[in-house]
Amino acid sequence: MSAAAATVTDTRIPLRGHLRHTGALMRRNLLWIRQDPESMMDAVMMPIVFTLLFVYVFGGSVGQALGGGHDEYVQYVIPGMIAMMSMTLSQGVGTGFCQDFNSGVMDRFRSLPIGRGSVLIAKVAVEITRMIFAMTVLMIVAVLVGFDIDNWGGMFASVGLSVVFASSIMWGFLTLGVIMKEAQAVQQTGFLILIPLQFGSSIFAPTSSMPDWLQTFTDYNPLSTLADTARGLMIGGPVAHDLWVTVAWSVAITAVMAPVAIHKFRTKN
Amino acid sequence: MTRIDKNATVAVSVRGLVKHYGATKALDGVDLEVREGTVMGVLGPNGAGKTTLVRILSTLITPDSGQASVAGYDVVRQPRQTRRVIGLTGQYASVDEKLSGWENLYMIGRLLDLPRKEARSRADALLERFSLTEAAKRPANTYSGGMRRRLDLAASMIGRPEVLFLDEPTTGLDPHTRNEVWDEVKAMVGDGVTVLLTTQYMEEAEQLASELTVVDHGKVIAGGAIDELKAKVGGRTLRVRPTDPLQLRPLADILDKQGITGLAATTVDSESGTVLVPILSDEQLTAVVGTVTARGITLSSISTELPSLDEVFLSLTGHRASAPQDAVPTEPEEAAV
Repeated sequence: MSAAAATVTDTRIPLRGHLRHTGALMRRNLLWIRQDPESMMDAVMMPIVFTLLFVYVFGGSVGQALGGGHDEYVQYVIPGMIAMMSMTLSQGVGTGFCQDFNSGVMDRFRSLPIGRGSVLIAKVAVEITRMIFAMTVLMIVAVLVGFDIDNWGGMFASVGLSVVFASSIMWGFLTLGVIMKEAQAVQQTGFLILIPLQFGSSIFAPTSSMPDWLQTFTDYNPLSTLADTARGLMIGGPVAHDLWVTVAWSVAITAVMAPVAIHKFRTKN
Repeated sequence: MTRIDKNATVAVSVRGLVKHYGATKALDGVDLEVREGTVMGVLGPNGAGKTTLVRILSTLITPDSGQASVAGYDVVRQPRQTRRVIGLTGQYASVDEKLSGWENLYMIGRLLDLPRKEARSRADALLERFSLTEAAKRPANTYSGGMRRRLDLAASMIGRPEVLFLDEPTTGLDPHTRNEVWDEVKAMVGDGVTVLLTTQYMEEAEQLASELTVVDHGKVIAGGAIDELKAKVGGRTLRVRPTDPLQLRPLADILDKQGITGLAATTVDSESGTVLVPILSDEQLTAVVGTVTARGITLSSISTELPSLDEVFLSLTGHRASAPQDAVPTEPEEAAV
């Protein structure tokens, strides 16, 4: 067979093919939402519930510490919410992917002549539309609780950055969805990863009163730099350093996790 | 594109295929060949390695060693080419439960690079052909088991495959629905598709396949044309019920003494009040009836049956199938790895 080995070639999928396949799979994921509108509940309710909870539970006391009151905290926490919300939504992608594997449909996809990446990219793309939807809800709630959008450009830039960062994190959750057997385990692991990152950051409260060891963590936590960038963009203050650090994290995470996710997907038995 | 196997008459060729999962030898050196346009039945109990074989041939997993080609393409080195020429219907309906039947077929058409218009008309045509037009717009999770299996078959046919893999196509279906699925598979074969199907039921193999490969513990233990194998394992079983249950034992003894049974001896099934007589030919059937008449024994019923998987195994290997055939039919064959 060694003579034959030299001449054996496989087809390549052209770019237009990849786009077509990704489009067909995105349509599938969008039809899921139409078929099951409840799956949008988290995107609608989470921004409302979390904003109301944080503003009214912690708003008074943290606001005082900030040298103002309730209104002061609203201005502080809404940019943080932008960072937090896309993160929380991004982990749903792993759960959904794991469910796909446990049904037979993934066998079907993997026995079709399509690029393995398009299955993953379609999932990420649809998740991004969900995030943008949740961000819209968040900004409406924000205005209702008294947030002043002085800088619309800054707001859109913050939302954009948060979504970009969350998409890079999604590759990590996709990997979890591929390697773990139960969707529930994927969700639990996702929370275990997200909760410390979200709360051990400058998202909900300034870090200056935290103990030193925690401050070291929060300083390096990309969610801190993401929240601080959003704050700077929407309210004012220095942005450049935090922005670059966030972008660098995002690029690095995607560069590492996207190939890992695709590889794990390709070689899953 | 290069096809490594220039011999166009062989649609599936498997040589020395090995796949181990830890200490479990799912496949332990399997060889088989399916000629173009024929139906190969792979018969074996749960855990024999049938699903592993289908998963390797449909490029879902890679073998540890050995060679496999489908329609002339090497499944390991040319997976994308292989995927262009195969259709797969798994043990579990591999359709998207939340999408409607039509949307499922349209999606697969697009994934197979059909232009939108063609993907639409192909979806319509296949729904029609598989009698699913009325249910076309309903989500697949509202379908009955048989409808889902038919949708799955339709999905496998969108790309007009040269080779179709059916992994236990009727497991978990009731007898009526099973017949429906058989009819569909026969119609596909009529279109010239080569089929490799796995099954636990001799009857299913008899209905659909022209050739049979019997596997157990990851190894091929017998193979050949169905008729040859049937002769080898004792052909059919004649089930005779005397009107008087007291005559069960004497009847069995008479038949054994006359030596008109096939390879094995008669057995008495006292629960159903019948004597089971393995026979090889119609002449033997007639001889049995003649003997019964000569002895003045009246019969209340007489029927012929195909040997069960267990009987096939017993006569081929001298031991029973490694797992009971009537294990819950919806259970996965091998641990889903």
